[in-house]
Amino acid sequence: MTPLLDVRHLAVSLPGADGSPLPVIHDATLHVGRGEIVGIAGESGSGKSMTAQALLGLLPENAQVSGSAVLDGETELVGLDERGWQGVRGVRIAMVFQDATAALHPMLTVGRQLTEHLRHHLGLDRRGAERRALELLDRVRIPGGRGALRTYPHQLSGGMRQRVAIASALACEPELLIADEPTTALDVTVQAGILELFDELRRESDLSVLFITHDLGVLSALTTRAYVFYAGRVMESGPTGELLLRPRHPYTAALLRARPHADDSWEVRGGTAAEAQPNGSKRPLPMTTIPGSAVTPATAPPGCPFAPRCGYTEDGCTSEVPAMTAVASGHHVACRVLPDLTEVPG
Amino acid sequence: MRGRTGRPLRSRLFHAPLARLLLRRLATTVVLLFGVTVLTFTLIQLVPGDSMTASLSETALNDPSVVAAYRAKWGLDEPLITQYAIYVGNLLQGDLGVSRQTSRSVLGDLMTYVPATLEIAIPAMVLSVVLGTGIGLYAALRHGRRGDHVVRVGSLLGLSTPPFWLALVALYVFFYLLGVAPSGGRLSSWITPPPRVTGMITVDALLAGEWMIWWDAVQHLVLPVAVLTCLTVAALVRFVRSAMLEVLDQDYVRAARAKGLPTFTVVRRHVLRAGLVPVITVSGLAFASLLSGTVLVEQIFSWPGVGQYAFRAASGLDLPAVLGVSLFVAVVYTLVNLMVDLLYGVIDPRIRLS
Repeated sequence: MTPLLDVRHLAVSLPGADGSPLPVIHDATLHVGRGEIVGIAGESGSGKSMTAQALLGLLPENAQVSGSAVLDGETELVGLDERGWQGVRGVRIAMVFQDATAALHPMLTVGRQLTEHLRHHLGLDRRGAERRALELLDRVRIPGGRGALRTYPHQLSGGMRQRVAIASALACEPELLIADEPTTALDVTVQAGILELFDELRRESDLSVLFITHDLGVLSALTTRAYVFYAGRVMESGPTGELLLRPRHPYTAALLRARPHADDSWEVRGGTAAEAQPNGSKRPLPMTTIPGSAVTPATAPPGCPFAPRCGYTEDGCTSEVPAMTAVASGHHVACRVLPDLTEVPG
Repeated sequence: MRGRTGRPLRSRLFHAPLARLLLRRLATTVVLLFGVTVLTFTLIQLVPGDSMTASLSETALNDPSVVAAYRAKWGLDEPLITQYAIYVGNLLQGDLGVSRQTSRSVLGDLMTYVPATLEIAIPAMVLSVVLGTGIGLYAALRHGRRGDHVVRVGSLLGLSTPPFWLALVALYVFFYLLGVAPSGGRLSSWITPPPRVTGMITVDALLAGEWMIWWDAVQHLVLPVAVLTCLTVAALVRFVRSAMLEVLDQDYVRAARAKGLPTFTVVRRHVLRAGLVPVITVSGLAFASLLSGTVLVEQIFSWPGVGQYAFRAASGLDLPAVLGVSLFVAVVYTLVNLMVDLLYGVIDPRIRLS
């Protein structure tokens, strides 16, 4: 069966200050299956948000996009014109933004923001759209019914605003939901509620989600598979439990060790707390930072972009971009060395 | 069943929070206007020598009975507080004193000159807001492309053009060279003005059903309105463009596009609405400045407006007229501010409901 979203060799560049193209994503290949929550993890500047924007055609007009992104085995997204995108956005792929406070229009009521695309895409009349909006509020657990439709975003709490944004994204029953760090701007307690909501939505309606986050805890709580991005490239991909418990890429391992409280156990689907160490051992490792600073796709050196910060480099690392190789079923790593990561580099 | 969200627009505009906002703003407006009278009264006290010598003509000053009547009327022998009370009392009755130059009541003078200014300020303002918002929005949507550059250069030219020069060039081209526009004034000299109702000739002509007079008045309006519009639009466009650019970069605009709404809907419903708030502020200031009279343009088009009246009052040291105009300008700015505040409330629920 073809995956719902099949992205192959997606590359994006934006014109720099001098007009020459600056790459923001190199060769990203990923797929999202039906009813699956797939994670994209990475530091800021790693190209994860750009991937989301590319998949909705929201990049600046002067962006150059190549490769392919096929939705549902039939619709090629790369190269769509504005009219084509308008038939995809909101209806087939919807997006939840990082900060709902910024993503909701401050001068329009919640009801208006929930119904405007319903009316446009589904051709509902005012009353039908309102009925549908009430169902949506119910679905994202917002109390208040009709009264809630008449409120303005500033009258709601941060968590409620994000629920409104999620309801708006779900309005036209999209096949794929892209969530770009939807919990980052929220308090930890509120965050938990939103994560729970995503999980409920997935169980109830078989929703497919591409969930972008920099929080490995969120990744482990919600996603079944994940892609680790660095400098606009996919470094490692595989089942989330595998990635977090037995990472094979030095970058993934370094990310895991850089987590505060690295001795806490993961709540990994199907994993057990006892083996919850990034190196598979039961001995807690000290928290370490990754030496050097993150490179952006534009400043990445030739070869493996992580090579300058990696403790396991060999000769070829700085000259040749490593290809994705399978290390286990569904687990791929872009590293030519594939070191034994249970040994902390000296 | 009638849902409450389905109320007609009119009742939504005049619902309770907006009425409360109106009351709050009206209260501050009254306080402000009170402050304005304190200022103008202080101005009277600051006039070198005696305000009386600045207010009465020389022949009047030589007549002891006139002088005594004047002193009694304004309470000049009373303490300052009482003088102020008398001053405000007279103002409230519409008595702004008598102009030295026209020997008519200042209020009467204002009633003649203000409608003339309104007649060019209102059309210029309406045109400026429509054109300024349209062109500014267009430039923002074409950001960095040719259309944007053309608009930016055009508005820079407009901003750096002196008003009187533009007025002179307009007269030279359209009156002298082409002969399609009148040389100035509000009506051709052979036409008798329509019976005065509002003081605005175009309106009065319509009320009297005098189409010929109306057409003549409109022809006289075209050049001054066009010149004022050019200058105001040039300033507005730059402002609208940057305000809209800022809005276009907001997440809620990206979110509206991510919903798959057509570009036109995104712009009209999401971009324009948010961008209007700063535009209203600037438009209000521009309108107030147009209403306070534009001396040079009025001078060149022999337009008997507030600007001309103020200029003549100042150069003739006509104290009552100067004070009258100052009071008028202060009231105009206060009321325009009130209007701007109310419009904020209509547009932005965060202001209305706070």
